[in-house]
Amino acid sequence: MQKIVIIGGPPAAGKTAVISQLIRLLKSDGKSVAVCKIDCLQTRDDESYRMLGVPAIAGLSRDICPDHFLAANLEEIAAWGIRKAAEILIIETAGLCHRCAPATKKTIAVCVLDCVSSIRVPDKIGPVLTDCDIAVITKGDMVSQAETEVFWQSVSALNSRAEIVEVNGVTGSGVQYLKRFIDEIDAAHSIVGDELRSDMPSAICSYCIGERRIGNMYQQGVVTKMEIPT
Amino acid sequence: MTFKSITILGGVDKDGKDENIRALTIERGEIYSVIGFTGSGKSRLIRDIEQLADRDTVTKRQILIDGKTPDYSMRRDPSKKIVAHLTQNMNYIMDLQCGDFLRLRAECRKMTDAKKNAEQILETANKLCGEPIADYAQLTSLSGGQSRALMIADTAINTNAPIILIDEIENAGIDKKAAMDTLLGSDKIIIVVTHDPMLALSGKKRIIMRNGGMDGLLTLTEKEKEVFSKLQTLSEYSLEVQRNLRLGKTL
Repeated sequence: MQKIVIIGGPPAAGKTAVISQLIRLLKSDGKSVAVCKIDCLQTRDDESYRMLGVPAIAGLSRDICPDHFLAANLEEIAAWGIRKAAEILIIETAGLCHRCAPATKKTIAVCVLDCVSSIRVPDKIGPVLTDCDIAVITKGDMVSQAETEVFWQSVSALNSRAEIVEVNGVTGSGVQYLKRFIDEIDAAHSIVGDELRSDMPSAICSYCIGERRIGNMYQQGVVTKMEIPT
Repeated sequence: MTFKSITILGGVDKDGKDENIRALTIERGEIYSVIGFTGSGKSRLIRDIEQLADRDTVTKRQILIDGKTPDYSMRRDPSKKIVAHLTQNMNYIMDLQCGDFLRLRAECRKMTDAKKNAEQILETANKLCGEPIADYAQLTSLSGGQSRALMIADTAINTNAPIILIDEIENAGIDKKAAMDTLLGSDKIIIVVTHDPMLALSGKKRIIMRNGGMDGLLTLTEKEKEVFSKLQTLSEYSLEVQRNLRLGKTL
């Protein structure tokens, strides 16, 4: 039975670097791993994962939110992982607005954040952090110890249930804890009958289906207006 | 956290060969310096100590506390960390005001009076730098010297960490002796990474780094103690000249 690990987080937080380090460690432990990358417009990450000696595929969501795209393809991706005899199937998702969590109840959800970005980032992203099982903090070597601790605290305040681990994507230090937590979580289930952990934002307005013109008369479907003071 | 010593068990150098020093125990109250050419693995060594490495870093070193493997919670929970690390960083990148940052930081370390603690750190930092830092200043707008002074004051005061790691204190034009005096504590383990000869001789022992590995361990000789006081005199003279120049005087 395979374990599925879904890894999300803001762009350039170091998801691919952390996953590459995790793959090396899992492989040296004799585990069979497969990786699927979900991106928006283009990616070469599947190639770099294959260079690490693991089967890898990539899916491009193009005009669709990558998290919605992942949810729509999860069953097929899981079946591919089983065909590849993967004990651990890692799915990396680019995410878009980070308002959703692609995580499901039966998979392990990991959120990667870098402490170089902004102390306000944890507040800005939604369920991808607040619903995750493991939060990974990267780039700790680029800031002072005090800043890492303050960042840690703000992550922990938003999701006290998650294990938090500091990983250096370049040297790989700390990745052993990520692996340990993945090992500890009992998640070797079939994806059949799985459910998302939280609702995804609805995206069914005129602009979702190709409308370009600005103005009320062109808007149909779910349209939400701001409250703007007169 | 009460303990008597830490032990570094040797790992491998950059070529994957065993480093010369296989085991090194440092007792509380001792000052060690770490010296070697740039790229020789000095910062990596103190990162290993900070992370309480468990044969799981690239160097494969292991750190023991009182001869035993430390509990994982000491590695992750900021309030249980026993190592304060003054890194080489010269600037803050976090978008907060100094005062807010210091109060948050005090909360992480579970300090009882966060407000008072923050005031105390600012006061100490302001003794180290020329232009004072205001409570409302943005962290990111501080000068290199101000940032450094704040990091030093934070390391010295905001932690009751028994182990203090210092990476290149002489950066950013602040008074290195005043900075060291702020950091030193009689019952602490102090490890100083440096290129500065005076600081290198300020420890009773020094670790020589080469090619990523701990290559040698030397004890301060009588002759070196004499050299140390000569360097100290020179340094005081140099500081005096610097002060006068900064004040706009002619020499």
